[in-house]
Amino acid sequence: MAKVVGDIIIDIERCKGCEVCNAACPNDVLEMSQEVNGKGYHYVIKVNADCIGCSNCAVVCPDAVITVYRAKV
Amino acid sequence: MAQTFDRPEIQTPENLVYSKTTCLTDNVMHYCPGCGHGTAHRLVAEVIEEMGIQSETIGVAPVGCSVLAYNYFNFDVQQAAHGRAPAVATAIKRLLPEKYVFTYQGDGDLAAIGTAETIHACNRGENIVIVFINNGIYGMTGGQMAPTTLPGMPTSTSPYGRDVETMGNPLKITEIVAMLPGTHFVTRQAVHTPAAVRKTKKSLRMAFENQKLNKGLSFVEILSNCNSGWKLSPVKANKWMVDNMFPFYELGDLKVNGEMINKD
Repeated sequence: MAKVVGDIIIDIERCKGCEVCNAACPNDVLEMSQEVNGKGYHYVIKVNADCIGCSNCAVVCPDAVITVYRAKV
Repeated sequence: MAQTFDRPEIQTPENLVYSKTTCLTDNVMHYCPGCGHGTAHRLVAEVIEEMGIQSETIGVAPVGCSVLAYNYFNFDVQQAAHGRAPAVATAIKRLLPEKYVFTYQGDGDLAAIGTAETIHACNRGENIVIVFINNGIYGMTGGQMAPTTLPGMPTSTSPYGRDVETMGNPLKITEIVAMLPGTHFVTRQAVHTPAAVRKTKKSLRMAFENQKLNKGLSFVEILSNCNSGWKLSPVKANKWMVDNMFPFYELGDLKVNGEMINKD
């Protein structure tokens, strides 16, 4: 069975830390960082490699922060 | 250095499934974290990019939180006086009928000061798209009670909740315009989950396709959170919206192809 793997790129300087993507992720890939970005927000980071590229996080992001890639391996 | 969990081998152009649309500028939006305005802006921009009408689109921005929409849309946008966006859009569409014209309005602009312009533009059946963001509150001025505020909902001018006896009933403007003969497509959607966002995008696409075919006025209401005005975190505000707003403002199409949808 073909396995789908995904990856996201997070533009941390645009992120406002609203956590809406965090709630939308089916595989709990996202969490909030301990550090803050230039605007003073805790930005979203990846905490594991379970991303399947479903693009749910990118679709709900109000600030278009997330770019999604998906490939079959 | 912390582990990054990046997969550079799949970050190639052929594997790209989602990226920021070119119809939005690189300016960082001034909206509060988690505000539905950002998502709604992005959906409008994505639909315009997909239809390839970036150079033929003119938006009309309202007064309210989204007054600075022209900073974020990468196409022409005219800013209208408070509530008068449908009137301005009417003029633009009549003078330049080959252009795609839409208005983007909040509930304070469309359902309060601009009720007359909205209802008359809908009744005349102008060939425009109206995007209506409803969060049940005046977000920009500090969370005051709006015509769309729910019964019992606390705001800064109704701190004990909206009392229907003295403050009147909420206005369901989308139901009103659905009853007018001029409207062709009337729907109510939301932007709180991925599924809802995808449905909203389909509705916006249908609205712009209707304008392409000169079908008449399309009215898309988008329920949105106002986490600052509601004094909740973005995720809790979305849940509050599902629990409290959806029973009153039911999601779904109200009118498709000029025919009322009977929900019973």
